[in-house]
Amino acid sequence: MSGLNVDTLIDDPGTRVIVCCGSGGVGKTTTAASIGVRAAERGRKTVVLTIDPARRLAQALGLEELGNTPKQVSVDGFAPTGELSAMMLDMRRTFDDMVLAHAGEKRAEEVLSNPFYKTISSSFSGTQEYMAMEKLGQLAAEGTWDLIIVDTPPSRSALDFLDAPQRLSTALDGRMIKLLTGPVKAGGWGIRKVVSAGFGLFAKAVSTIVGGQLLADASAFVQAFDGMFGGFRERARKTYELLRSTGTAFVVVAAPEPDALREASYFVERLEAESMPLSGLVVNRTHPVLAKLPAAKALTAADNLDAAGEAPLAAAVLRLHADRVAQAQRERRLVNRFTKAHPGVPLVHVPAMAADVHDVDGLRRIGERLTGA
Amino acid sequence: MTTPVVGWTEQIARARLHVVTGKGGTGKSTVAGALALALATGGRRVLLVEVEGRQGIAQLFDTQPLPYSEEKVASAPGGGEVRALHVDVEAALLEYLSMFYNLGFAGRTLRKMGAIEFATTLAPGLRDVLLTGKVKECVTRTDESGRHTYDAVVVDAPPTGRIVKFLDVTKAMADLAKVGPIKGQSDGVVRLLHSGDTAVHLVTLLEEMPVRETMEAVGELDGADLRPGAIILNRVRPPRLPAHSVTAAADGRVDAGRVREGLTSAGLALSADDLDGLVEETVEHAVRVQAEQRARERLAEVDLPAVELAELVDGVDTGALYELAEALVEQGVR
Repeated sequence: MSGLNVDTLIDDPGTRVIVCCGSGGVGKTTTAASIGVRAAERGRKTVVLTIDPARRLAQALGLEELGNTPKQVSVDGFAPTGELSAMMLDMRRTFDDMVLAHAGEKRAEEVLSNPFYKTISSSFSGTQEYMAMEKLGQLAAEGTWDLIIVDTPPSRSALDFLDAPQRLSTALDGRMIKLLTGPVKAGGWGIRKVVSAGFGLFAKAVSTIVGGQLLADASAFVQAFDGMFGGFRERARKTYELLRSTGTAFVVVAAPEPDALREASYFVERLEAESMPLSGLVVNRTHPVLAKLPAAKALTAADNLDAAGEAPLAAAVLRLHADRVAQAQRERRLVNRFTKAHPGVPLVHVPAMAADVHDVDGLRRIGERLTGA
Repeated sequence: MTTPVVGWTEQIARARLHVVTGKGGTGKSTVAGALALALATGGRRVLLVEVEGRQGIAQLFDTQPLPYSEEKVASAPGGGEVRALHVDVEAALLEYLSMFYNLGFAGRTLRKMGAIEFATTLAPGLRDVLLTGKVKECVTRTDESGRHTYDAVVVDAPPTGRIVKFLDVTKAMADLAKVGPIKGQSDGVVRLLHSGDTAVHLVTLLEEMPVRETMEAVGELDGADLRPGAIILNRVRPPRLPAHSVTAAADGRVDAGRVREGLTSAGLALSADDLDGLVEETVEHAVRVQAEQRARERLAEVDLPAVELAELVDGVDTGALYELAEALVEQGVR
């Protein structure tokens, strides 16, 4: 098993996009921001696209509000030889911009004021992922930055990032809605005849449940959308190709916990299956043992001290050390399980910081840890 | 400890539907499993429901992936049993539709085409309506003698960020269905979820972000007139340092000389590096203990009953689940 060194990645001018992915709560955003700070300080012209940063991390990067366009990070004590910009994704606005860019003014207005558009653009579960992809495509097309770091939306499953755009495409594809609103007219479905009776009932049932108005809105939306759809799909395809190109590096982030590592496993397998360029796994927030003293020995000594009523501080130190040894062993066991299944995946352990990170200095220290130092 | 651990109140004990939510990564599925076992202890029948399609229950109880039916997954001490149901949204929709329409075998084909997923996409609330509808059916179902099939139902619910949206289907439905069969159905669900029969428990770790999300969720639940039940502090680790040493240690002031003396008198001779290592571990421990203390203080503000589960160093397997359940029973869960 080789190690993952983030410097090798960011020092290679061929690396144009780094995608940080992983399940929710593993520290993806912080990892992305740390890589960004380090890349900028090593001379890259960098932009970090974050999705949902913790408030204090956003403040650390000077991201007080959703701007939806990159803003240069300028804070005290940060004077990189390269450059760092950052932005938070505003999914609704990205969608609006996309509609405006693809449709004539009149048609865009029709789409934007459709109630169904409001649902799709704000609460459909795949929209955030789709828009993150769209924004990545835009930033890449602009050509202003030579390194784009993307943080992926928070979701339980890391796979959502790859699957959601497809789901949304299906929803926006005209065929489904045509089937629901007028199954007889829908062409090109070989199975139509077989199911048409059942389908008519289904369409009726759906319309009863979701209400005729909603279906009508959806239908109007899809019709207005139809002309733009080719353009949308083409863009999504281009971004997908960008993700598969050699200039892209996927960095999977996981906490040393069973669920997070299981998700990381799924994701690694999926990247391999789709020939997407995987750089490695960041095992985030580990607890390495800092003193060579076996846990059993520490506990025996602590018991002896307690029994003698002596040195309460030393006894406490010994006990917390024993806890730490047990935790480190557990983490090692879990990571070993991952490595056994994916022996070729380089990885780096990033020891946990004692406190939450919310300034550039903290990000810098995580950056150091990302090199395996 | 600033959080008064008042345990399981009489009011919570009266609830028959226990909804378990929490920020991702806090262990809510594990807690839901342990809670189901705890509630079943002493001979009761409990149903554990999974709504997010990840087969987490099957992993937790080390069984085959669950089909869309109520399967026994565990026996509880004292003759109780836990059954589990993995709700499949598409199957639930077809089941629901078949109450009104005869879809025949078209149902399966529709499913294959993705039409059902599409329908739930059109109306995002529909998914939650179906899930909560199924939950309500399980809670209110009775056998021939009129007795409830389940004494309690535990739901491994969506995370805190989505919980109110999930439970408060009224709002979602107001826009969707003003009349029709689903309206009547959803009214019943709303009544159950807003009644004393339902308690929404919030699982959290003693960390900043999960605690903040918990506080926000409590506010949202109150705002939506849903009933927060207990705060379940998960994976609580014992503080090792004497309380008076924590502040200094967190500031980096650990008396290394005194530690060395103590180690020597315990017969341990450590290198300077190892001693430094111990000191660093101690500082990190103290910083964490302080952060946990702050988290407890913040949680105390919401003034909800709380129970605690200790961190299991070896991770969670089915055996450990019984340990957690026992800990809950000891804190009054019933």
